[in-house]
Amino acid sequence: MVGKLMQKDKFNYFIKTEKNNWEVIIGLEVHAQVVSESKLFSGSSTKFGGKPNTQVSLVDSAFPGMLPVINEYCIEQAVKTGLGLNAKINLDSIFDRKNYFYADLPAGYQISQYKNPIVGEGEINLDMPYGSKKIGIERLHLEQDAGKSIHDLSPDNTYVDLNRSGVALMEIVSKPDLRSPEEVNSYVKKLRSIMRYLNTCDGNMQEGSLRADVNVSVRKKGETKFGTRCEIKNVNSIKFMEMAIDSEAKRQVELLESGKSIDQETRLFDTKKKETRSMRSKEEAHDYRYFPDPDLLPLKINKSFVENLKKKLPELPDQKRDRYIKKFNLSPYEANVLVSEIDVSKFFEEVIKTADIKLAKNWIIVELFAVLNEKNIEIKDSPVTPKNLAILINQISSGNISGKIAKEVFDIMIKTGSSADKIIENKGLKQQSNPEEIKKIIKKVLDKNSEKVLEYKSGKVKLFGFFIGEVMKISAGKANPKLVNEILKTELKK
Amino acid sequence: MSDLNKSTLTQITNLIKTKKISSLEVTKFFIKNIEKAKKLNTFITTCFEKSLKDAKNFDIKKNYNGLLPGIPLAVKDLFCTKNIKTTAGSKILENFIPAYESSVTNNLWLEGAIILGKLNCDEFAMGSSNETSYFGNVINPIGKNLVPGGSSGGSAGALAANLTPATIGTDTGGSIRQPASFTGTVGLKPTYGLCSRWGIVAFASSLDQAGPMTKNVEDCALLLEAMSGYDPKDSTSINKKKEQYSKNLNENIKGLKIGIPKEYRIDNMPKEIDNIWNKGIDILKKSGATIVNISLPHTNYALPTYYIVAPAEASSNLARYDGVKYGYRSKKGKNLTEMYENTRGEGFGREVKRRVLIGTYVLSSGYYDAYYLKAQKVRKLIKNDFDESFKKIDAILTPSTPSSAFKFGEKTNDPISMYLNDIFTVPVNLAGIPAISIPGGVDNKGYPMGLQLIAKALDEQKILNIALTMEKAINFKNSINRWWEN
Amino acid sequence: MSIDKSQVKKVAKLSRISLDDKNLDSLSNDLALILKFVEQLNKLDTNNVKPLNSIVDKSLEPRKDQVNDGKIKEEILKNSPDKNEDFFIVPKVVE
Repeated sequence: MVGKLMQKDKFNYFIKTEKNNWEVIIGLEVHAQVVSESKLFSGSSTKFGGKPNTQVSLVDSAFPGMLPVINEYCIEQAVKTGLGLNAKINLDSIFDRKNYFYADLPAGYQISQYKNPIVGEGEINLDMPYGSKKIGIERLHLEQDAGKSIHDLSPDNTYVDLNRSGVALMEIVSKPDLRSPEEVNSYVKKLRSIMRYLNTCDGNMQEGSLRADVNVSVRKKGETKFGTRCEIKNVNSIKFMEMAIDSEAKRQVELLESGKSIDQETRLFDTKKKETRSMRSKEEAHDYRYFPDPDLLPLKINKSFVENLKKKLPELPDQKRDRYIKKFNLSPYEANVLVSEIDVSKFFEEVIKTADIKLAKNWIIVELFAVLNEKNIEIKDSPVTPKNLAILINQISSGNISGKIAKEVFDIMIKTGSSADKIIENKGLKQQSNPEEIKKIIKKVLDKNSEKVLEYKSGKVKLFGFFIGEVMKISAGKANPKLVNEILKTELKK
Repeated sequence: MSDLNKSTLTQITNLIKTKKISSLEVTKFFIKNIEKAKKLNTFITTCFEKSLKDAKNFDIKKNYNGLLPGIPLAVKDLFCTKNIKTTAGSKILENFIPAYESSVTNNLWLEGAIILGKLNCDEFAMGSSNETSYFGNVINPIGKNLVPGGSSGGSAGALAANLTPATIGTDTGGSIRQPASFTGTVGLKPTYGLCSRWGIVAFASSLDQAGPMTKNVEDCALLLEAMSGYDPKDSTSINKKKEQYSKNLNENIKGLKIGIPKEYRIDNMPKEIDNIWNKGIDILKKSGATIVNISLPHTNYALPTYYIVAPAEASSNLARYDGVKYGYRSKKGKNLTEMYENTRGEGFGREVKRRVLIGTYVLSSGYYDAYYLKAQKVRKLIKNDFDESFKKIDAILTPSTPSSAFKFGEKTNDPISMYLNDIFTVPVNLAGIPAISIPGGVDNKGYPMGLQLIAKALDEQKILNIALTMEKAINFKNSINRWWEN
Repeated sequence: MSIDKSQVKKVAKLSRISLDDKNLDSLSNDLALILKFVEQLNKLDTNNVKPLNSIVDKSLEPRKDQVNDGKIKEEILKNSPDKNEDFFIVPKVVE
């Protein structure tokens, strides 16, 4: 259904210069922190924000003779994520050592997976304004996080905190299928959404639970060979990813157009200058000397273990979106908005347990989102609970309040967090639906404006609106508009 | 009181159990021996205060249930010991005091043993003569100018000099069996995974294995039983029930088939070794075993394979010694990288540097396939040789070493001639199988030489039984006159 | 394949081991000898041989996801040549 909108060429992202159209080729290596209590190879806590070096075991700090023992839940989490990415699960995988020296890498190597990752090829579906697009996943592997080097506590020294050392990460490598910052934005959000649905990564970018290395190259439109790529390391927000790609692609185009060539290298994104810069000199080129970790044996997973996890897999965003469209008659746009975050879809599903679907989706997408955006808070922290929103919606559906009053009530709900029922009652906002009472008001209005009544009767029907307005004014907006309409019509006929 | 200089571990255990002697008396005896043997330089660290305290405690509690009730023991300084300095024979760990106890030593203390101190060894267990230790050479009690072998040279020396009733070492390519052979003692390298590696300073993780070093086979069975066992903290540990090696020890080897591999008859091997080997074969025949000539065709490739695999793993295992978390840190260097380079340049000795550099080279980009991967393929072939043989035979008999103990400095300038010392011991480590070295006799200089028995994985009991049978027939006696005490 | 001095220098850099000229010379000789020795393996055809991945014939045994370690800051920092109450301290990292 979204496919109809496909206008691929028109929407493709190119860097246009006087001479050429340049296509930008992007691949992502996303590092996603696995949701688990303890670390990948040790029993210390993974909790964020602990006091320095308090979540460190002898294994995490690489004391002599310490050995890694793998966390079974991290294996499960990686397999679940692999299933969520429609990927091949490798029943045999191997842990390797990636060797390099750094202050926050206590063993002098990181345990990772090199030639035999736990998860192989898969794909992710993106819904772009110009249609849906599949992005290939190359692989997913498990690895350890490093500790933290702190450079700004002393002028001469670096301080090292190993709390993160050994926390399980999934490195998810995409194929070079992404073509614009927008696609990258959409890809990362989709990936995050899937992992949140699966509860395998909390996706919290502020806490560093999700970061990416971004590979960028450019080529002239129409060419099929890839250009030389640069890797921008450790970008920790979607916005920075977009900016980094934009500036890096432009840098590469400028170099190429002035007849120079691109050096394959690792670069850093300077968030202040909004540009990338070279990270390491070439003579220090890395040679990680990967080899199978002799402290660990090959990891063998049972087919039945995978099948079991597959059975227990929750409904994922794409499936949920399709169901919403079919079952609730939502537009693809509405469905996508409601499923993109698991918390939003949970909220929506909670509201429609007792309230009207059409009203619910509108209130969430329009009113609630406006407030959340303005306050910059997540839906799980919304001052209006799903139950309270449902109550408000039911007050509208049953004719107790008008849409206009409902917005007033909603504002108060946002401010106070109290329920719609109470607000309506306390403030006397309930709609006036007694025909006798309404008739009284109407009569008052017609008596007061007898001249206008005559004008109306002689054909100036536009005045109907004026009478309604007057009635609503006297009733302080509470008169049931439907009843006012009906009774006014009969009274004016007399 | 019995002469403890002539008593075995098993005998002392019985003396204590039958209350003929107290743990404190035994402990004091060995402390005295140690104090009189400073010349041998077998100890890096002693902890007599703790030893005496533990012995007194034992005598008060009188818990005789353990396998090693109140037995004082010294251990190789590669085992991390809680609150006792652990150096691995290296300057880079000069002042390292672990807050934890290795699983293997912990097993010994749980069986009632008491620590005497930490024994000298080659730096990070890299060496075959104990000459690479930062803490100096160990002198072989057999002769003033002789190396004790390595890397568990301090262990073998202390045992032969009776400074400890038994000891434990580690064996990556022969580091238990070769020094046992050089000192006329018994040493066993267990099946890979039988003893936990947790808390042992790692040299080459896929080859390292701790094992007992004792005066005789009976002691060896007892100590192996005490130190081995499954450990969930070591992913390569074998999950199986503990064996009762000493209880099941017997001399019935009738009908066993013993293989004699032709590849172990190498050129230029001293004639005495051949003689000792042949004598061993005769004993086996007389005891009712069948001798089978076998071939282990890839034997010649074992040493080259080992000198790729072991350094490769070591280069990575030793990366953690960087002056940040523990151990030595150089004062030189303006930035982190320079600090690393100076710390490791000053902290590691020459042999360790050789191996770290070789290991780094064989793993580096462009060389991995040609060296490391190739070696892992050959390792598979070597393992297959043994697997095939053990379908037809029960055990293999070979010499333990191609020579007896050599003189200090004799091989230090030629790494290859030093490495060749391990030619008979290395294949066993590559295949992950058990082997024991027992004294086979002496050469024309009167220096002891060992015979090695090899079995398939987890067949320790079988080689212990064969070894016991041979030991009785050989009736080897070390002629040590305690010259260092004068 | 043999190793020359510049390669030894590179490997020493990669291993983070400082070598003065004298050591570089003699270690280069040693390394060349050792490599020559191990290159005996080239005599063997191993094209159809699968490399040994593990000497123990079993799969990795995982542990439960439980927090039962950590909270030993003092133990962790105690042996460090340079530290304060909370951190390991190292010379400034230059990127």
